[in-house]
Amino acid sequence: MIRITVNGSARAFEQPLDIGALLATLELTGKKVAVERNGEIVPKSAHGTTLVLDGDRLELVVAVGGG
Amino acid sequence: MATGWNSSLRLAEAELTEGHLVVAGKTYRSRLLVGTGKYRDFAQTRAAIEASGAEIITVAIRRTNIGQNANEPSLLEYVPPSRYTLLPNTAGCYSAEDAVRTLRLARELLDGHDLVKLEVLGDPQTLYPNMPQTLEAAKQLVRDGFKVMVYCSDDPIQAKMLEDLGCVAVMPLASLIGSGMGILNPWNLQLVIDRVGVPVLVDAGVGTASDAAIAMELGCDGVLMNTAIAAARDPVRMASAMKQAVEAGREAFLAGRMPKKLYSATPSSPASGTIAPSQPKAA
Repeated sequence: MIRITVNGSARAFEQPLDIGALLATLELTGKKVAVERNGEIVPKSAHGTTLVLDGDRLELVVAVGGG
Repeated sequence: MATGWNSSLRLAEAELTEGHLVVAGKTYRSRLLVGTGKYRDFAQTRAAIEASGAEIITVAIRRTNIGQNANEPSLLEYVPPSRYTLLPNTAGCYSAEDAVRTLRLARELLDGHDLVKLEVLGDPQTLYPNMPQTLEAAKQLVRDGFKVMVYCSDDPIQAKMLEDLGCVAVMPLASLIGSGMGILNPWNLQLVIDRVGVPVLVDAGVGTASDAAIAMELGCDGVLMNTAIAAARDPVRMASAMKQAVEAGREAFLAGRMPKKLYSATPSSPASGTIAPSQPKAA
């Protein structure tokens, strides 16, 4: 069991998974989303090879209206 | 208002660039930059942007909704990066660190796009820039390869510091963000324009078309606005008004206004050749 924080909310998974699998679980596959893991950018090219580990803090962001 | 040495430089530069705005080596026909916040919907956002003629469009970076309407439309479908130069901002950031992280996310999100709008806010009541944190963030972002357009106070000394750090444009507020109070301190803006070599854009405070024209008449290189358009009764029409105001203000600046004269009225019509004054009538 791993416990992580995604956009401020706690989530739990049975086993470690990579960023790509996490995005799929959250129904974000194919969406234009940028990922930060523990304060560091995870480039799109590394989504399939970067594992999410217990205690990780993730930020998933998009562009919205703003000035 | 007297203009300093840099105003003549700006006039000379205007001829070289055929009147276009040049930011970080890229040329733009429009000197009006607009935001995408506070519109009724994305269709209105797009219509207002089109009416404004703006080419540089600001967007904010926020957490994505998880587990909600998977087919929710995305802003980028309405404001495609292929057509516009997007300018991701750091609105809502109160520290240099948060601003830098936000723009690294923006660069990742926008496939390496590195032109950004830095703003580090001081407090939620005024949204006034926190200048020490702004300077710190600018330093880190420039080192990290970003092209930084920076929201700042209208302090000419710190505006120059931002240029010296490598920012590609400085963007002093004319009055508080979203206030629509207009150009409160034209004298300070003039000092910034005269001392800073990179483009100076008024960012924040414009309320209506005349405010935008005044900013441009002072010699600003451009104006960035959001609420003045989005909060108008008819945003698309106001966007068109702002386009014309920025163009008119720029033309007036290039034309060079007449000096203001107190107590030295000069008639526009010939002073001689008027008809004989009427004689007083007998009582």
